[in-house]
Amino acid sequence: MNWPALLLSLKLSAWTVVWLLPFGIVVARQIAWREFRGRAWVEALVALPLVLPPTVLGYYMLSVFGGATPIGSAWQSVFGHQLAFSFDGLLLASILFNIPFAVQPMQRAFQSIPLDVREAAWCSGMSAWRTFLTIEFPLAWPGIVSALVLTFAHTMGEFGVVLMMGGNIPGETQTIAIAIYDRVQAFDEPGAATMSGLLLAFSMVAIGAVYALSNRIGRRHG
Amino acid sequence: MDERAVLQVNLRQSAPIPLAARFDCGAGELVALVGPSGSGKTTILRCVAGLNRPDEGDVRCAGEVWLDTANGINLAPQLRSVGIVFQSYALFPHLSALGNVESAMAHVAAGEREGRARDLLELVHLSGLEERLPRQLSGGQQQRVALARALARDPAVLLLDEPFSAVDRVTRRRLQRELAQLRARIRMPIVLVTHDLDEARVLADRMVILSHGETLQDGPTMQVMARPATAQVARLLDQNNLFEGRVLAQHRDEGKTLLSWLDYTLDAAYAPAFDVGDPVAWMIPPECVILHRRDRPSAGERENPVSGMIREYVPMGESTSIALDVGAPSGVPLAMSIVTHHARRNNLAVGDQVSVTLLTSGIHLMPPADDVAGGRPAERPTRRA
Repeated sequence: MNWPALLLSLKLSAWTVVWLLPFGIVVARQIAWREFRGRAWVEALVALPLVLPPTVLGYYMLSVFGGATPIGSAWQSVFGHQLAFSFDGLLLASILFNIPFAVQPMQRAFQSIPLDVREAAWCSGMSAWRTFLTIEFPLAWPGIVSALVLTFAHTMGEFGVVLMMGGNIPGETQTIAIAIYDRVQAFDEPGAATMSGLLLAFSMVAIGAVYALSNRIGRRHG
Repeated sequence: MDERAVLQVNLRQSAPIPLAARFDCGAGELVALVGPSGSGKTTILRCVAGLNRPDEGDVRCAGEVWLDTANGINLAPQLRSVGIVFQSYALFPHLSALGNVESAMAHVAAGEREGRARDLLELVHLSGLEERLPRQLSGGQQQRVALARALARDPAVLLLDEPFSAVDRVTRRRLQRELAQLRARIRMPIVLVTHDLDEARVLADRMVILSHGETLQDGPTMQVMARPATAQVARLLDQNNLFEGRVLAQHRDEGKTLLSWLDYTLDAAYAPAFDVGDPVAWMIPPECVILHRRDRPSAGERENPVSGMIREYVPMGESTSIALDVGAPSGVPLAMSIVTHHARRNNLAVGDQVSVTLLTSGIHLMPPADDVAGGRPAERPTRRA
């Protein structure tokens, strides 16, 4: 069992969730409730990572954030290390690749809140912030939790974009999914099997939890 | 505008729903906005609450300016002291009845909220159901929670958007009665949006008749119902007995205006607004059309006697609706309603020739309209039996 790789995956998943929670809520609310020009294109952009091969995203990320690029150079001069093939670069790739997993369930959750319920909150004297905290968030939280669980689980299993952007540096960018690949390449069947089994169980529990939560909430609000 | 009015509303816009509405509402007064679907009633209510912004207009309440487009003032809903009951009630589904009411009490000290919320729920007859979630309440109970929540803000004006439309008839009657009783205990102006004429008649002090967002008539309920300003208003008020005639003579001393209609000369209530020779539209409520008894003629039959053939005979419980073909060129029948046992005693049937009296006091004259006694509007406010 490659514990450093597992810990790195857990750390990457946790940070991805931390960044995508506020980002997802802000973007999902806008897409759910606001009419604006180009909304369909924004939705398409959000969904793009679902259909894009991870290697394509990885390629473009290296093209934009690689050491020889202006952004890559600027990053190196400010932080003292390059973005590509570092944990920070891995996190950035993970955040971008998980946007649809975070935004779409949240969007559906916010869309399910009737407009007149929010209007009733405003007409009850609640500020926009208080409306969010006491009405919108509690009503949308099952969707938000689903989004975060999906994002966490998906990050744990992500392979292509992580390999492209992070490489395979043990302790730095080697996640458990890459470690499994590494073990298979090295004909370490038991090592690959242990880690694969763990990832399988983890994913099953995560997805099961999402469905259980959805059903429970569906019954409560139905 | 009436300076004593607590709420003054004046709205204009061209799209998406045209508006040209103007009305006032005084303290303790209940004004009903009445009109068919799409007449802009709900939009007007939303403009008062600050949920819609009209192109032009102003809304003032209790000395505060809520909207003044000329001066760029448009207060957010949070800053307008309104209590609103939405058509769907829009309760917060994750909060109990008590929580829903307390949520509108940010202006009350935290320690006092629960007590006041319980008082309000008691006021709307929901004691004992404080901890229930909205989905655990009936439609009528949900409506009461919505009303209590609207009152919880101690609003300067109460806005009710079709509040009784989503409940069954028995519950609706009970809720209407409770609202009438509640009015004795609150002094704020109330604006009620409804398409139900009977609801407006039993609840409202004043009626504002709307069509395509425009105020057609604004006045005391009984006056508007009995004396619509125009034929269009009469049609919106479901007055079917609408015909064309001409003023023959004015007898001011006798309080009568003589009206020429078909081959008849009718006595109408004195209508000084018209000159002799003027074409007019006129209406008479069905209850002012009195059937002559076939077996025992009486002196009362000398008052505007009109004869015709029964075209429709529809018993509806205790009353029977009758349509008489009186030979109007437009083919519009004269509608009347009589007690069913009376109809049976007279052995009435379709095709019978009968005579009726048109009560002088019931005949109301209006300016002529192009399409009087012609086409019918596509949709009108409904009258529930």
